[in-house]
Amino acid sequence: MTERAGTTGLIMNEPLLWEKTKPGRMGISIPKSDVAAAPLDPEFVGEGPNFPDLSEVDVVRHFTRLSQWNFGVDTGMYPLGSCTMKYNPKIHEKIAALPGFAGAHPMLPPDLAQGILRIMYELEQFLCEITGMDATTLQPAAGAHGELTAMLLFYAYHKRKGEKRTKILIPDTAHGTNPASAALCGYASIPVTSGHDGVLSVEAVEALMDEETAGIMVTNPNTLGLFEENIRKVAEVVHGKGGLVYGDGANMNAVMGIVKMGEIGIDAIHLNLHKTFSTPHGGGGPGSGPVCVRKHLEPFLPVPRVIKNGDDYALQYNRPDSIGKIHAFHGNFGILIRAYSYILSMGRHLKTASQHAVLSANYIKERLKDVLHLPYDRPCMHECVFTDKNQEDFKITTLDMAKRLMDYGFHPPTIYFPLVVHGAIMIEPTETEPKENLDQFIEAFKVIVKEAAETPELLREAPTAPKVRRLDEATAARKPCLCG
Amino acid sequence: MAKELNDIILKDGYKYAEEHEWAKKTGDTVKIGITDYAQDQLGDIVFVELPEVDAEFGKGDEFGTLESTKAVSELYMPMGGRVVAVNDTLSEDPERVNTSPYDDGWMIEIVPADPAEFDALMDRDAYLDMLKGL
Amino acid sequence: MRYLPHTNEDVTEMLQVVGAANLDDLFSSIPEECRFKGELNLPPDMTEWELTDHMTALADRMASPPGYRIFLGAGSYPHFIPTSVHYLLGRSEFSTAYTPYQPEISQGTLQAIFEYQTLTARLLGMEVANASMYDGASALAEALLMAIRIERGKKTTVAVSKLIHPHYRKVVQTYFKPTGYRIIELPYLPDGSTDLSAVDEIENVAAIALQSPNFFGCIENIKAASDKAHALKALSVVCFTEPLAYGLFKNPGSQEADIVCGEGQSLGIPQSFGGPGLGMFASLNKYVRNMPGRLIGQTTDQDGKRGFVLTLATREQHIRRERATSNICSNQGLCATMSTMYMASVGGTGIRKLARLNLNKAEYLKSELKKAGFRMPFERPGFNEFVVEFPKGFESTYQKLVGKKIVAGIPIECHYPELAGHYLLCATETHSKADMDALVKEVTS
Repeated sequence: MTERAGTTGLIMNEPLLWEKTKPGRMGISIPKSDVAAAPLDPEFVGEGPNFPDLSEVDVVRHFTRLSQWNFGVDTGMYPLGSCTMKYNPKIHEKIAALPGFAGAHPMLPPDLAQGILRIMYELEQFLCEITGMDATTLQPAAGAHGELTAMLLFYAYHKRKGEKRTKILIPDTAHGTNPASAALCGYASIPVTSGHDGVLSVEAVEALMDEETAGIMVTNPNTLGLFEENIRKVAEVVHGKGGLVYGDGANMNAVMGIVKMGEIGIDAIHLNLHKTFSTPHGGGGPGSGPVCVRKHLEPFLPVPRVIKNGDDYALQYNRPDSIGKIHAFHGNFGILIRAYSYILSMGRHLKTASQHAVLSANYIKERLKDVLHLPYDRPCMHECVFTDKNQEDFKITTLDMAKRLMDYGFHPPTIYFPLVVHGAIMIEPTETEPKENLDQFIEAFKVIVKEAAETPELLREAPTAPKVRRLDEATAARKPCLCG
Repeated sequence: MAKELNDIILKDGYKYAEEHEWAKKTGDTVKIGITDYAQDQLGDIVFVELPEVDAEFGKGDEFGTLESTKAVSELYMPMGGRVVAVNDTLSEDPERVNTSPYDDGWMIEIVPADPAEFDALMDRDAYLDMLKGL
Repeated sequence: MRYLPHTNEDVTEMLQVVGAANLDDLFSSIPEECRFKGELNLPPDMTEWELTDHMTALADRMASPPGYRIFLGAGSYPHFIPTSVHYLLGRSEFSTAYTPYQPEISQGTLQAIFEYQTLTARLLGMEVANASMYDGASALAEALLMAIRIERGKKTTVAVSKLIHPHYRKVVQTYFKPTGYRIIELPYLPDGSTDLSAVDEIENVAAIALQSPNFFGCIENIKAASDKAHALKALSVVCFTEPLAYGLFKNPGSQEADIVCGEGQSLGIPQSFGGPGLGMFASLNKYVRNMPGRLIGQTTDQDGKRGFVLTLATREQHIRRERATSNICSNQGLCATMSTMYMASVGGTGIRKLARLNLNKAEYLKSELKKAGFRMPFERPGFNEFVVEFPKGFESTYQKLVGKKIVAGIPIECHYPELAGHYLLCATETHSKADMDALVKEVTS
């Protein structure tokens, strides 16, 4: 094997902020006061927070050192399945920081916000085009927020028709946010078992669909990385009983320009801009989860909506069937603008991105299937799923292999999801990973599989290269220390 | 790493249920907990949620939950009854369920509703057979 | 195409390994009737230079400082952000990382968010804070759902002050619609604070919710609300849109609040047309297992070194699914990190000074407007925003001011029909005396 991707180097220890405080230090420039000190009733005055006092150099050193303990997409390959950790273009950072955008107040009179309103209007159109839908709301602040929004739309739609529906069908491969979002809307989740081939069967859906069921939540491609081939018939069954089909668009990166969700029976779909549309993951957000809908759901979308009058843009609040608001303002505009810039930069190359994403995933699948157990040996979409079955005899688990990958310089893939696959390892390379890195990843995994058989202690002790080794999560949960 | 079947501890004088709870007669009452197999499968227990005293449940009802760092498991009544005592030490020391599942890790004590339900539970050999079949 | 590294050679090699004839072939598992056969109707792809021109032109069609002087708060506040914070955010190890599921290589994010949780708890006077919610509005909705959950669904009514930001109340209504839970709105008193007298009549109340400083910019009597709530065996929920106020005023925790939540944008996050913001969320320790959102905890590794991990994850959707405390997954991680950098930079000494400066600025503007003959109807002490009554026909003056690149707050009649001609104005450390004098001069003439 050629030189390993990962190596060790000098990083620094760094205490917690309040462990390096020195009273009186300050890390910002307080503006000079040009007004008088106003009188203030001491009855209302508090002590002020117990914040540490730090100089600017303290703060810069602190966070610079912390950053060096992290692994990001800019560091190396990050093949987290269902997360689409693609490269985050840097030009977007500059654009989002333009004072006209960064300094914009959300309640400006619309005449003074024409630039942004145009961006929002056009982005809605682009997302409609990509998904094959009729209208979009940009308000949801994350994928799960978009799921909740869609469930609220379903609820409002059925209510409008005078129907009370209390259940929703959810495949067993679904992400946990699906049943959680449905529950927030008062729906009981009815699980649908996927077939042995990994996809939903029409019969299974037919057996469960009735007039008390609001609809079905389908992830397509699903979390096994497979296209739900029976989707059109499934949609027919659901529609036939007056239900709606919700698409969880987390895996949209596989099918841009290849499938239009609105044309295959989906009534509403959320997108993850921080996945498919290249906005940074931020260590846990902020994301953005716009929801695109067919015409019959448009009246229920959150307010305000951006409308176009001639060349001007306005905000429309008066929409009697709207579900209301799910965000204080217009959603995560700073994220929307990055996605907008990405779409303008890619144009039709979005289809190429999907093609390359799928190509890379299939390439990894083919090259690792002789060492790792592949539960579904068929063409995959943008991600492939393996298990730790081949390593059982050596008492090595998915977790052990994932931890060892870190020593080799890779962020581990998604592990133990989806739940239907025991010991799942979900690999999503994305289209922005150069082939040499894919090959390096494949090589490293092969070495690890060999280590599992010959020197398993190396895996059980892994990782040894990063700043900390495996952490005691049991004590962290038994005796939580959540505040310093 | 999960134990081998041969290493799973099973106790005489205890009865076993399908969902891996055990029941033991303690005079007029019955104590209930989870088996060594169950604690081994769950991994480090970090939190135990138990009912209040005087709560009543039927056979098969959910009476509480067990949490590890990565999963939540429901606890099911091997037989119906009214709760007369709850093992409060588990809120401070949930590890007892792992280290001593049949003794210090007991969970609730009930007055059984129907003594026949106790007899209907498996003895250790029947439970071991069931584990072999899993 | 600079984001697509695969060359034709790469593609050919990989297709061969996969056993596909061409890229289209990769999708043969997708049934014909699901395939889209056309081309996406999107504008032709732009170069970096075209994109920059296009976006700069759009940015120019926006009213923002320094070109415009905008006296607007109402949930989104102009504050100076130190350049050091922008610079530190440029370290892409923070921004391009994902949720710290693999803690060994995510200690940067994990320690930063643990610090965020701690500073948030300290700012609000509470015992524990989570790793963030989407924004102040959704945080309030989740806080009320949490209160109902704590009462095990036996109490299904919440009392919500009318002086909570109108958009926040609308979000709460939207979240509550399918639940069947009841929302009772509490009216306000002439002094600009919430009228708590009606609360005693409400049955089954799970929580009383106030905002402080409230939408009119006034400080509420949180202790009175907490006492009332506790007498009814309900929870005291306090929300906020301007956390900087707690650099000066008594924090909600010291006033016996049980759950405190709100918008953290003022703490180093650009306004950005209202998002991404930062939903801050804190409560007492005894409620932590009912809390939504992620939590980072301190622990040790195998060598005994201190480290941090996501913990108490069994509350969350990926484990508890339909019985989770919330559906939240991705939150506002980078914004929480940003605010930690800001709070660390401002410090305890600095935040006191900054908060005082905000108060002085707003009070100056208030007193100048008063001198010019305008009425400020609400006497409760405030922080950096307030309500002023402008004379009939002020709309044309407002437009005239816009022509001079001054935005004199927002009219609040659409939210409070009884307050026609009333405007909500805001002044922070970013507004100079000269700016404020110009505003007063223009509205007076």
